[in-house]
Amino acid sequence: MQLDEFFVTGEPLIYAGMVAIVLVTSAIIFLLTYFKKWTWLWREWLTTVDHKKIGIMYILSALAMLFRGGADALMMRTQLAFPDMNFLNAQHYNEIFTTHGTVMIIFMAMPFLIGLMNIVVPQQIGARDFAFPFVNALSFWAFFFGAMLFNISFVIGGSPDAGWTSYTPLAGAAMSPGPGQNFYLMGLQLSGIGTLATGVNLMVTILKMRAPGMTLFKMPIFTWSSLITMFIIVFAFPILTVALALLTIDRIFGSQFFTLTGEGLPMMWANLFWMWGHPEVYIVILPAFGIFSEIIATFARKQLFGYSVMVWSIILIAGLSFLVWVHHFFTMGAGAFVNSVFSVSTMAIAIPTGVKIFNWLATLYKSKIQITVPMMWSLAFIPSFVIGGVTGVMLGMAAADYQFHNSYFLIAHFHYVLIAGTVFASFAGLIFWYPKMFGHRMNERIGKIAFWFFVIGFHVCFFPQYFLGLDGMPRRVFHIVPEWFNLNVISTVGAFGMGIGFAVFVYNIYYSYRYSERETTGDPWNARTLEWATPIPVPEYNFAVVPHVDSLDAFWAMKERGESPYDESKVEPIHMPNNTSQPFIMMGIFTLASFFLVFEWIWLALAGLIGGIVMMIIRSFDYDEGYHISSEEIIETERSARGL
Amino acid sequence: MSTEESNAKPLEYQTEQGEMSIIGFWVFLAAEIALFGTLFATYAVLFGRTADAPAPAELFEPGTVLIMTFILLTSSFTCGIAIHEMRRGSVKGVMTWLIITLALGLSFISLEIYEFIHYAHEGATLQSSAFWSAFFVLAGTHGVHVSLGIGWAILLLIQTAQRGITPITSRKIFIFGLYWHFLDVVWIFIFTGVYLIGMVL
Repeated sequence: MQLDEFFVTGEPLIYAGMVAIVLVTSAIIFLLTYFKKWTWLWREWLTTVDHKKIGIMYILSALAMLFRGGADALMMRTQLAFPDMNFLNAQHYNEIFTTHGTVMIIFMAMPFLIGLMNIVVPQQIGARDFAFPFVNALSFWAFFFGAMLFNISFVIGGSPDAGWTSYTPLAGAAMSPGPGQNFYLMGLQLSGIGTLATGVNLMVTILKMRAPGMTLFKMPIFTWSSLITMFIIVFAFPILTVALALLTIDRIFGSQFFTLTGEGLPMMWANLFWMWGHPEVYIVILPAFGIFSEIIATFARKQLFGYSVMVWSIILIAGLSFLVWVHHFFTMGAGAFVNSVFSVSTMAIAIPTGVKIFNWLATLYKSKIQITVPMMWSLAFIPSFVIGGVTGVMLGMAAADYQFHNSYFLIAHFHYVLIAGTVFASFAGLIFWYPKMFGHRMNERIGKIAFWFFVIGFHVCFFPQYFLGLDGMPRRVFHIVPEWFNLNVISTVGAFGMGIGFAVFVYNIYYSYRYSERETTGDPWNARTLEWATPIPVPEYNFAVVPHVDSLDAFWAMKERGESPYDESKVEPIHMPNNTSQPFIMMGIFTLASFFLVFEWIWLALAGLIGGIVMMIIRSFDYDEGYHISSEEIIETERSARGL
Repeated sequence: MSTEESNAKPLEYQTEQGEMSIIGFWVFLAAEIALFGTLFATYAVLFGRTADAPAPAELFEPGTVLIMTFILLTSSFTCGIAIHEMRRGSVKGVMTWLIITLALGLSFISLEIYEFIHYAHEGATLQSSAFWSAFFVLAGTHGVHVSLGIGWAILLLIQTAQRGITPITSRKIFIFGLYWHFLDVVWIFIFTGVYLIGMVL
């Protein structure tokens, strides 16, 4: 392979991307060296098994991916606002809508939520870490390296360009030769395996490590939504694993699953993809529901209305999520009966979702609402999500879907549910739990500016797209006819509004780091659940004394009784796992192997695979049993953190 | 829970970490069911799509596959005895029966490879048609699992020899046992759903 085939050439925007990558990387290397932070980075972060630090790394990576996916979005919007400017050509546009979708779903939405779960769930259930801290680190590095592998594709080898759904036969070897689609397959495979491991890990954590007295129906609602999400992950992600593996084998080893030759069935890809893909939608929305429930209950100063109904509706949504996948391709022509069945099951999801909406409203009803930034995001979510949900039911009607299918109506619908649901929740959750991560709150005033820019920008961007869809504008086109010009320009203005909102949000992180008042108590919002019972900064062991739970909103009950969650007489030595470099190295080696496989350098890939297996053998012989923190040390830490 | 009660539990369940690892592995097996379920569904959908390659009924024969089935089922039994010996606290017993299990596993894999080569000679390869792709990937995924299991058990044998039966080694061996029995169950579905049906249809 020639060097000019290895690197992508001839595209000014991509040259700019290369320069940016080189500059940012050199800046990071320079700063780390200048401030002598390499050992700090290695000891405190790259080798950590602490769920709180891993959560922070997840969220930082997700923010970086939100930036990348957002940059893609703004490039697309620029092209569509000025279609005659030839800002992007057809090929480049294809690549960008593909990476935008993939990055946002796989490398932004999921890691953001999993990051929040990492930080919050163990603290909500009174646990000291995950069930398997080592596996947790492994999951993170699988996701992180998978994301890097996918992201590097636009400068090395070329981006995938068959859409985030990667439909065959377009994505097969015959029509998409070269490394592009392989990057998609291997990047998703790596991070998917990480997600599956998190699914097992967090499920066991929630099932087995709850504080004494916390029965399932006394769990905080965010923990409930995480638990159900983990069930979906465990049963949905293996389907993705298989689908990706089959397409990889098709492309690299010449099998005939999705090909047009050898009696392959290209349509089967759509089925397998969406049998994972639809549950995936609920993997990114159920935790969001959990976050909003926590925030609304906290700032409405009331117990969540209809807690057990909320739980059962999550369970029902999770069950239904596996029974609706065909609605993504009603037009494939499965026949009236099949379409009708999936149409009904799709619309049925609106029932438990509607129940949840009414429960949030009922929680707010006659309450004294405290308007904080996380609460603003939550309040903005409810009406916005309802618009997305109602148009979802419209799309769910199979007969009508023949009109809406693959139009901007669909684009507007899923951005209304995924942004108003998942992205609002990620921002709200990050701001809400920010003090638990960094010891200070985010600035309220700047937070509100970011909120208004983003929310107004969001509606200006996506509301017109419903009408563009009804006017017949199809998705995934880089050039449009004049009658769609006006609404597209409006939409682009909104997109840049969201961009400004995000920039202000990120600036707020810096501003708050510099100027925000440091928190002195562990409970800055006067909140209800156990994660607020730990002091700030949260010690590595979370709880010096594991609390006893006897009601919902355990911490609230404690405060009402005037109890402190900390009792010095009950402190005992705590067992902790040691940091380890193995997850980082193991996943690094597997990523290298995947990179070789992307370019179909089979022998190198095999060598990498063997290297990864050697790492697993080393792990098997590793009998490191961790260490104990002494009672004196705990008492000292708690005294200084609690100001006793 | 009183100490007496916890002592009544088998060694591998006595530590909290051991118990969680075992439950975690059960959850992982649930994911494996979803994985093999997808592969079986793919195979079922692609059944009959042989293109120009031979039909399964022309190639599948009861002989070797039946022997493979008996070998793997027996290995599950010997694996069970290994766990029983572990519960009795006999290092020698565990090792002996694990080695027998491995020997059976190895002969299973050898026969499977022999079968695959035989099919390839008859003109049925991964590339020949959608049906054969599905067949080789389904049976092959099972075969790779068995091979990984063999490698895994060798590591456990070394560790048992070094450390004897401790809460950690017993937990590891017990989990390997779960894995091995699971592969047996999957094979029963492959034997009936793939080979037996393939012979008659």
